[in-house]
Amino acid sequence: MSSTPRNGTVDGSVSLTVNGVATPLGEAPAYTTLLDWLRGQGLTGAKEGCAEGECGACSVMVVRPDGDDRSRWTAINACLVPAAAYAGQEVVTSEGLGTVDDLHPVQREMAVRGGSQCGYCTPGFVCSMAAEFYRPDRTRAAASPDGAADDGDHEHGPNGFDLHALSGNLCRCTGYRPIRDAAYALGDAAGDDPLAERTSRPAPAAEPLRHTAADRSFVRPADLDEALRLLADNPDAVALAGSTDWGVEVNIRSARADLVVVIDRLPELRELHVRDDVVEIGAALTLSEVERGLDGRVPLLDSLFPQFASRLIRNGATIGGNLGTGSPIGDTPPALLALEADLVLTSPDGDRVVPVSDYFTGYRESVRRPGELIRSVRVPLPLSQITAFHKIAKRRFDDISSVAVGFAIQTDGGVVSKARIGLGGVAATPIRATATEAALEGRPWSAETVAAAAAVMRGEGTPMDDHRASAAYRSAMLGTALRRLHSDNPTTEGRTA
Amino acid sequence: MSQLSERPANPVVGQEIPHESAALHVTGTALYTDDLVGRTHGVLHAYPVRGEHAHATVTRLGVAPALDVPGVVRVLTADDVPGVNDAGVKHDEPLFPTEVMYVGHPVAWVLGETLEQARLGAEAVEVDYAPLPSLIGVTEAIAAGSFQGAQPTVRRGDVDSGFDRAAHVFTGEVEFAGQEHFYLETHASLAQVDEGGQVFVQSSTQHPSETQEIVSHVLGVPAHEVTVQCLRMGGGFGGKEMQPHGYAAIAALGATLTGRPVRLRLNRTQDITMSGKRHGFHAEWRVGFSQDGRLEALDATLTSDGGWSLDLSEPVLARALCHIDNAYWIPDVRVNGRIAKTHKTSQTAFRGFGGPQGMFVIEDILGRCAPLLGIDPLELRSRNFYTEGQHTPYGMLVRHPDRLDATWSQVLAGGDVERRRAEIAEFNATHEHTKRALAMTPVKFGISFNLTAFNQAGALVLVYKDGSVLVNHGGTEMGQGLHTKMLQVAATTLGLPLSKVRLAPTRTDKVPNTSATAASSGADLNGGAVKNACEQIRERLAVVAAGRLGVPAADVRFHDGTVSGLGAGDMGWDELVRIAYFQRVQLSASGYYRTEGLHWDSSTMQGTPFKYFAYGVAATEVEVDGFTGAYRTRRVDIVHDVGDSLSPLIDIGQIEGGFVQGAGWLTLEDLRWDTSDGPRRGRLSTQAASTYKLPSLSEMPEVFNVSLLDKAHEEGAVYGSKAVGEPPLMLAFSVREALREAAAAFGPAGVSVDLASPATPEAVYWAVEQARAAHEHGHVVEGAPGRVPDQPGSEATPMLPNSERIQYGVRSGV
Repeated sequence: MSSTPRNGTVDGSVSLTVNGVATPLGEAPAYTTLLDWLRGQGLTGAKEGCAEGECGACSVMVVRPDGDDRSRWTAINACLVPAAAYAGQEVVTSEGLGTVDDLHPVQREMAVRGGSQCGYCTPGFVCSMAAEFYRPDRTRAAASPDGAADDGDHEHGPNGFDLHALSGNLCRCTGYRPIRDAAYALGDAAGDDPLAERTSRPAPAAEPLRHTAADRSFVRPADLDEALRLLADNPDAVALAGSTDWGVEVNIRSARADLVVVIDRLPELRELHVRDDVVEIGAALTLSEVERGLDGRVPLLDSLFPQFASRLIRNGATIGGNLGTGSPIGDTPPALLALEADLVLTSPDGDRVVPVSDYFTGYRESVRRPGELIRSVRVPLPLSQITAFHKIAKRRFDDISSVAVGFAIQTDGGVVSKARIGLGGVAATPIRATATEAALEGRPWSAETVAAAAAVMRGEGTPMDDHRASAAYRSAMLGTALRRLHSDNPTTEGRTA
Repeated sequence: MSQLSERPANPVVGQEIPHESAALHVTGTALYTDDLVGRTHGVLHAYPVRGEHAHATVTRLGVAPALDVPGVVRVLTADDVPGVNDAGVKHDEPLFPTEVMYVGHPVAWVLGETLEQARLGAEAVEVDYAPLPSLIGVTEAIAAGSFQGAQPTVRRGDVDSGFDRAAHVFTGEVEFAGQEHFYLETHASLAQVDEGGQVFVQSSTQHPSETQEIVSHVLGVPAHEVTVQCLRMGGGFGGKEMQPHGYAAIAALGATLTGRPVRLRLNRTQDITMSGKRHGFHAEWRVGFSQDGRLEALDATLTSDGGWSLDLSEPVLARALCHIDNAYWIPDVRVNGRIAKTHKTSQTAFRGFGGPQGMFVIEDILGRCAPLLGIDPLELRSRNFYTEGQHTPYGMLVRHPDRLDATWSQVLAGGDVERRRAEIAEFNATHEHTKRALAMTPVKFGISFNLTAFNQAGALVLVYKDGSVLVNHGGTEMGQGLHTKMLQVAATTLGLPLSKVRLAPTRTDKVPNTSATAASSGADLNGGAVKNACEQIRERLAVVAAGRLGVPAADVRFHDGTVSGLGAGDMGWDELVRIAYFQRVQLSASGYYRTEGLHWDSSTMQGTPFKYFAYGVAATEVEVDGFTGAYRTRRVDIVHDVGDSLSPLIDIGQIEGGFVQGAGWLTLEDLRWDTSDGPRRGRLSTQAASTYKLPSLSEMPEVFNVSLLDKAHEEGAVYGSKAVGEPPLMLAFSVREALREAAAAFGPAGVSVDLASPATPEAVYWAVEQARAAHEHGHVVEGAPGRVPDQPGSEATPMLPNSERIQYGVRSGV
């Protein structure tokens, strides 16, 4: 292998900055999670509650880029990511926010309002809450013309606090009311708050790295070319972006890789362009970054984001990763199918473009060849007027879809000129509801058309019974989704802008 | 007013203070058992070898390959047990089984230098199985006649004459799911052996004394050679009442055999697939109502799904039978109970301890029958409330039934229920695809352990020469705020500011023979003991102060760190303590408390098992989406009776948290066991946080108003307070009933709607569909005399006196 890390990073000499203190990564094997590594350093505030990014007891804050010049505190699940991925990075845990005698504002509000009972989830809540406390546009949201606090939006506080910031944190004791109250009582960061001050400077660069311990290697390549070369030379290597899926494999199914190639910070995979005819989204952008970068320009995706896992996961998970895993219940594919998106796949042989509708070939299988990476996702413009993302799940925050439906309905003079419907959870792969699309196109956007097409849609896919839902319910949900869309959008004006 | 319940002026109890560890929690510095591992030198890690079948005989256990794995130090098997190979108290839970009784049953444990090495060692152990037939569902077990333990009956009057009187008789059946505790901290133990062979086990346990007892019988040593400490738990909810013992015993066994500290922490997958849960139940019933909707008779047979061993299933069942009446007077009652034996985890205590399952049956009956009776469910419920002088079916006087009326009216008024129900009717009339409903349900929950012997507690209070105070008591802290309350009790009794009092971790070498911190009784029992210890010290100090101040000891008052004589001067607490020391006055005391007035005969299921009842009422408004069955909890109003609160912030937290946890059980948390005949039979399909969903912030009621019942002083309980841990969980029936009524609103009036439990969006969707169809009134059948529920056969055994949890005599004979 030909990787020669720059900047002299060699085994054993790299460190993470934890609560302001440079701490050597040491001999941690490549599969060692950031959580286990932190706990091994004696920082036992972050806890393992589930080891799959569902409970947030492991939440810590890291510094992430916010444009070229600034950074932002970002809460992530420390249980899912390799410690080596944070070499050279800055991490803050609950222990680093404040002390018993000098509590951080977030810690103070949580403590005095009864936000902790058993206390086990609390350090994680504190970190998720602190990241939202420092969110640069938090106050602005409160001042939005929507008047969030008045119109029954129970998910934003008067201080702009977005409750979804805590959607990846579970508490079994409190019932959440005091935690919400603590979040909504937060003021602004003090002028001399060092963590607030930190965001005015760029995030640490992601320096190339080769870390080998216990015969397993973790490599952060210098650029895309090196990444592709490594993957080509090592067919069994794991290409890792946000690690929100791989981390579960490591923790729950004890997956171990001889070589992990981390691609989450490769600049070639992190570009976002909005052109006249296409929106191009870099595959290694996290869902949170895509959400911020698009800033509402693709309403269908905007309706998807808050329903996609939790904020903690969206801060790590990349849009490319969600397609790369090829899961039939990933949430982006149904939306991207409706948007008629294309994927740009890249390999040492060059780039090729594959429509999302041709990408999936079987259960967790796709046309992506070994060693090939997703470079970007292209969403063609203009967008259809009526779009929606329906997610059917047991829980509203942070659940996996039983059924997911992406809708994009184009109308012309009250007549459906184009219908694109993507479905998840009803077949071995995400699919297009082509029969339903045909039943809509060329017909008026009316209750009658919808009723007839809904009957067709009920028969789409090959739903199964499992612990999330019965096949009968999945089919029923396909049958009601179009009627629900029509009920929400009775005219062809659409609600999108 | 009793001496126990009387409060001095300006007491520390009743003050609204944060949890005593809040600052440690939020800074991540509070330590839990597994946080100690990195602070302990040379720790070995234990990892289980787990059975792959729902039911199978272990025909061969080959441990040699594991010993070849680098870092593996030892494999623990049955041959290593010097004492009794049993992890329970009923002698039906072998620590190392030769018969696998559920998928994931550990048959051996591997000790490794690292967790990874122990895991690889466990993978290398070779086990051969001979599969056996298995029973997974409770109905499978009923059909097969597979039961375990006692089959008690609570009986009053004559149900046949009750049904003769009834104008309406309905018959129905219901099966409802259990619940995973999902404490955020999984089971964890860390065991060490000192130079004298003394075993010290730190364990996340609600019952350190029983953990100590199991460890000592597994090791074959007397109890005084084993000390168990619990710093705190990251949640317990009953799941750490009996379940931690085996894990502590494994760690202790490993430590004694290797001489090194051994850590055992279950990861989430292991915890959820190995540890017991709330019992799911099956119930068949017939019920009689008078013309005006008064309950006349109830005949029911409840079958709990006990899993593979008995564990706490008998007392859980007893409490279910004792709570099927909930808040309602039923003249003629016959309720049979039995425990199915299935090849699943051994179900155990879980907040409410059978009470929720008993109440589920009556609330389900009322919710399903109200439309058939043509009576508003609110009216049907309140019309049947107990009134003064009435007794429960097990013969206990229902004291303070007026508190049911008081809480009910306060919720009606404070929740603006009448106006909102009119608004809801208006909303429903104008919304085709969305319906709302508001339901109110009451709770009457008995406080005390059913088994009288458990209603005792001890404390050890130490006053040091500098005046500082250290409190030990037998209760454990799992987040419920017990330690906070105990500090408040000690400070109140000694007349000190809180800052003078500190709490020590719970240890069996400080207070022996403690009961589990369970049954909501932690504050009642340990508060009584702490208060008693403090009073002994105070009385001794009063004599010293009396001498200094020149007043009779009876005229000495302790308040806020000052000791004063009536009409005389005063002196500081610290000074008094120093003087007392030099006068050779004992500055420590062992306190003791036992609950008076209890009597319970479990063989006849009659008596007065409870000190008092806790009451509460909740009103819940939900909105259901007819397209999907998805719903939101729009508003909840609760008035709950905690007596005179010891610590209002803590109590409100218990009520809110209990309510949401109950709502999780009833609406969201979905334990799915594979009942197919395939290779995955018996496996828990929802064995992770990604598939077993707890309530998250999205399930919190959008408006959540909780208040404590005023003027609720409880005679004969510590400082007039009442227990709070479990009762509020059952307020969540209001959510389930609101969902049922909202689903019904999609159909014509008068439809009886069946609602599966948990009422997931899918279950609600099917309920909506059922209401829309409206051609059949659910599955409730009307008509006398109704189908008589399964009656116990001649082989059924009653509960033995004192059999409910522990048969010490039997075990000591082994």
